[in-house]
Amino acid sequence: MSLLAAAAATAATTFDVPANIVFAVLSVFMVIAAIRVVTTKNVVHAALWLVVVLGGNGIVYLILQAEFVAMTQFLVYLGAIVVLFLFGIMLTRAPLGRSDDLDNNQRAIGVTVGVALLGVLGWALLKTYGNDKLTFQAYDQATAVNGNGRTQALANSIFTDYLIPFEVVSVLLLAALIGAIVLARRD
Amino acid sequence: MLLNQFLLLAAVLFCVGVYGVIVRKNGVLVLMSVELILNAVNINLIAFSTFWGLGGQVFALFVIAVAAAEVGVGLAIVLLIYRNKRSIDIDELNELKG
Repeated sequence: MSLLAAAAATAATTFDVPANIVFAVLSVFMVIAAIRVVTTKNVVHAALWLVVVLGGNGIVYLILQAEFVAMTQFLVYLGAIVVLFLFGIMLTRAPLGRSDDLDNNQRAIGVTVGVALLGVLGWALLKTYGNDKLTFQAYDQATAVNGNGRTQALANSIFTDYLIPFEVVSVLLLAALIGAIVLARRD
Repeated sequence: MLLNQFLLLAAVLFCVGVYGVIVRKNGVLVLMSVELILNAVNINLIAFSTFWGLGGQVFALFVIAVAAAEVGVGLAIVLLIYRNKRSIDIDELNELKG
């Protein structure tokens, strides 16, 4: 009996070990893929490495137990935006093979800014959030109030607290759609 | 799981995206780097939503919607530049330079 209680007590923490392993492998892949996106000499390869980063992002959302956002990420990013990028590459007749003409001569500035920014951000994060653990307390509260899981709580949140921003975003999407058509049509 | 492991991953992706925006010359590749930046921000929003409630997830969804709009209009602009100048080399767009 005490064994069962102990197992129940550690259930929350035993989930951590596989999640941490998945996260470690995934983050290595994502960082390598992100660096390949900004350094590769081939435009199409950049779009395909971007798929790895965006998909990895979706899996990170799953590790953080945000299922609905993860599904939206897969549908919108992998389904629509990457295809849009590939269309953009084809329509602008970018060099499909290797090309040495994709970077400008600001690499030193870029590395300096990137490393300095990473240093500042990393220092601030380590100093502020040191060893804080993820507790998922907000999700537990949301589930306790709604009773039917976090996706329902998320939907309630969008259509009550965030209704006006939601409508504004839909108008923005409509404006972007019309704007893109107006810009891209030939006449 | 530590909160910081997610935040640091997001910071690395953000900085890689900033490097890409500075270094890349092809318009489509600059837009891809902007996507890296927006995704890094989304990881932060969702990591914090585990502490502070579902608002973070709602805003991550808004960021995804705005990113979709941005890519649509951005690619239309890049296409228009290509049609007018036969090239999407951003360094050649220097007509404002005196």
